[in-house]
Amino acid sequence: MAPIVQSSQPWVEKYRPKQVKDVAHQDEVVRVLTNTLETGSCPHMLFYGPPGTGKTTTALAIAHQLFGPEIYKSRVLELNASDDRGINVVRTKIKDFAAVAVGTSQHKSGYPCPPYKIIVLDEADSMTEDAQNALRRTMETYTKVTRFIFICNYISRIIEPLASRCAKFRFKPLSEEIMSSRILYICKEEGLNLDSEALSTLSSISQGDLRRAITYLQSAARLFGSSISSKDLISVSGVIPEEVVQALLAACKSGNFDLANKEVNNFIAEGYPVSQMLIQLFEAIVETDDISDEQKARISKKLGEADKCLVDGADEYLQLLDVASNTIRACCNMPKEFSYEG
Amino acid sequence: MLWVDKYRPKTLDHITVHEEIAQNLKKLVTEQDCPHLLFYGPPGSGKKTLIMALLRQMFGVSAEKVKVENRTWKVDAGSRSIDIELTTLSSVNHIELSPGDAGFQDRYIVQEIIKEMAKNRPIDTKGKKGFKVLVLNEVDKLSREAQHSLRRTMEKYSSYCRLILCCNSSSRVTEAIRSRCLNVRINAPSEEQIVRTLEFIGKKEGLQLPSDFAARIAEKSNRNLRRAILSLETCRVQQYPFSSKQTIPPMDWEEYITEIATDIMKEQSPKRLFQVRGKLYELLINCIPPEIILKRLLYELLRKLDAELKLEVCHWAAYYEHRMRLGQKAIFHIEAFVAKFMSIYKGFLIATFG
Ligand SMILES: Nc1ncnc2c1ncn2[C@@H]1O[C@H](COP(=O)(O)OP(=O)(O)OP(=O)(O)O)[C@@H](O)[C@H]1O
Ligand SMILES: Nc1ncnc2c1ncn2[C@@H]1O[C@H](COP(=O)(O)OP(=O)(O)OP(=O)(O)O)[C@@H](O)[C@H]1O
Ligand SMILES: [Mg+2]
Ligand SMILES: [Mg+2]
Repeated sequence: MAPIVQSSQPWVEKYRPKQVKDVAHQDEVVRVLTNTLETGSCPHMLFYGPPGTGKTTTALAIAHQLFGPEIYKSRVLELNASDDRGINVVRTKIKDFAAVAVGTSQHKSGYPCPPYKIIVLDEADSMTEDAQNALRRTMETYTKVTRFIFICNYISRIIEPLASRCAKFRFKPLSEEIMSSRILYICKEEGLNLDSEALSTLSSISQGDLRRAITYLQSAARLFGSSISSKDLISVSGVIPEEVVQALLAACKSGNFDLANKEVNNFIAEGYPVSQMLIQLFEAIVETDDISDEQKARISKKLGEADKCLVDGADEYLQLLDVASNTIRACCNMPKEFSYEG
Repeated sequence: MLWVDKYRPKTLDHITVHEEIAQNLKKLVTEQDCPHLLFYGPPGSGKKTLIMALLRQMFGVSAEKVKVENRTWKVDAGSRSIDIELTTLSSVNHIELSPGDAGFQDRYIVQEIIKEMAKNRPIDTKGKKGFKVLVLNEVDKLSREAQHSLRRTMEKYSSYCRLILCCNSSSRVTEAIRSRCLNVRINAPSEEQIVRTLEFIGKKEGLQLPSDFAARIAEKSNRNLRRAILSLETCRVQQYPFSSKQTIPPMDWEEYITEIATDIMKEQSPKRLFQVRGKLYELLINCIPPEIILKRLLYELLRKLDAELKLEVCHWAAYYEHRMRLGQKAIFHIEAFVAKFMSIYKGFLIATFG
């Protein structure tokens, strides 16, 4: 590749492992695939887990390591949610690809080149059920000459008949130690200085998502230079400052609706994501010791409901206001059902 | 040209309200490898202004030479092919579009059109940057499917295509997309910052702007800078020289909702509900977004209520707005809210006054 292209890659791509053995923290799948590289045998597979844990990376790495650059195109079909994968595509495109026989493989390339093709269906949870059903047949028909790798965040969105045909691998959120060691490696490569406090902050705010950690790291490096502090990382991460969360909670505890409404308005004007606020409110509620367990339960229940509403696309201001008013009621021990007797 | 456009700062160095963010963005693009960006924040806070200034920082003045194109794209939607109309704004190095405009067909825009744009390498090879930029507006309006469709595109072509996403409500952007971007929060300017911007414009226009008048405009703007600048210009047309006590005209639709709220407080009956329905239709026909109507109505009603009732009423506002999202006809849900309110309020009146 031309050097200009190399240098203009964001770090998440630059530091995407090219080999299966470099994928961190997902030992089980790495073990199975290492075996595949030696023996050539490979089951259908299903990778699932939260964002930024190495699913796409692993699938692309194994495909490249099996076939090498020369025959990659003829042996690997990668379809993701950016491709139309309606039922028609499944019927035609995948079939066409699977149906063409693999040439008698010559090993001169130095790659294993096992006698099958790989079809990677990334972001498979966004495929319709119909399309998934159509795939069942295809999988069976070409089972000798193709291996499927399904990738998704939510395994529940994959229909059972497909899932049960695959070896399933759960990609775990990266642990803080593993995350730290990967980050330290990148810091060394890029000549950055990260003290231990900053390092642990970065691991904890990224919540097991290594892609996020790398993006924060790069952003902080560009904004604040090569010595990065914990504060710098928090400021690029969008985490809501603790005092903002406490201010809303205090307003609710005071029982004064107008005050709470003002805090909510202010919060929205500051542009913070309400979904993030719900997470942090939850943590604050659990930790606070001046309200009873029952009150906590009452508040938390509403947090859950509001979170669901947000996922459905409900208005952020109204949801947070509802949470605030419910919290006021809980803190002041008002009855759950509204009654006119004040 | 309207003042909101005339006085939009063009370069990062001229950005006054979000100075620190502007300076940070400048540093961010000094290298070739800047990540994708997601700008989020309330309306009229300055997101677009920052994005335009950022493009100019990346590509120089050529970023300002934009042409507007209205194109119809034929896309293959499985068994049939459909036409999608789309307006794009583009310079040699960037393309801007609002994929949410296609409504339920937005997935095709992402899968066909955006991917195509991302795939094509930059045309201008002698340009400073090795990449081009796609600016996508209102990504919070994209369906989940469309957002999923964007994920791999953001990774696959990232060596020569950067995305700048812009939205109001980042909670509506999926985790997977947020995890692929540097998230840049643009807070609404404070009232003081708004006053300073108004004073700056006043000076440029050679106006005498009394400081308490500017402060009142800022206060009424609800920290929306665009709205404040528009108000200033309207006031200028209505009466100049300014006087401190000059009225700042509210928006027509807001006045109308104040009226509706008064109607509701005066009488709670099926007949009144029917009258209110007529007025709500009027607002919807004039393209006031339903959630804005509901929120404004809540605001007006809350001003007139006792504390206890407030807690109850805001719950129902949230409840019906959520249902509105899931449903199809907004009027049903706004009306349901009004009916619910009437019933609560009437019950309260009877319990209190017999
Ligand atoms: N286990 C890992 N080991 C090393 N690097 C990783 C790992 N997981 C993620 N990364 C880093 O994060 C980036 C994103 O990872 P990847 O694309 O594999 O995520 P994903 O699991 O497919 O996420 P999504 O569900 O959002 O598609 C990679 O480019 C790499 O830099
Ligand atoms: N830093 C600034 N200094 C001075 N004026 C500004 C600044 N930022 C924005 N403005 C003014 O405020 C107006 C609104 O800003 P802009 O269009 O960037 O808002 P926005 O965040 O994109 O809003 P929306 O979400 O409603 O699209 C602009 O027309 C411009 O006149
Ligand atoms: Mg992936
Ligand atoms: Mg805008």
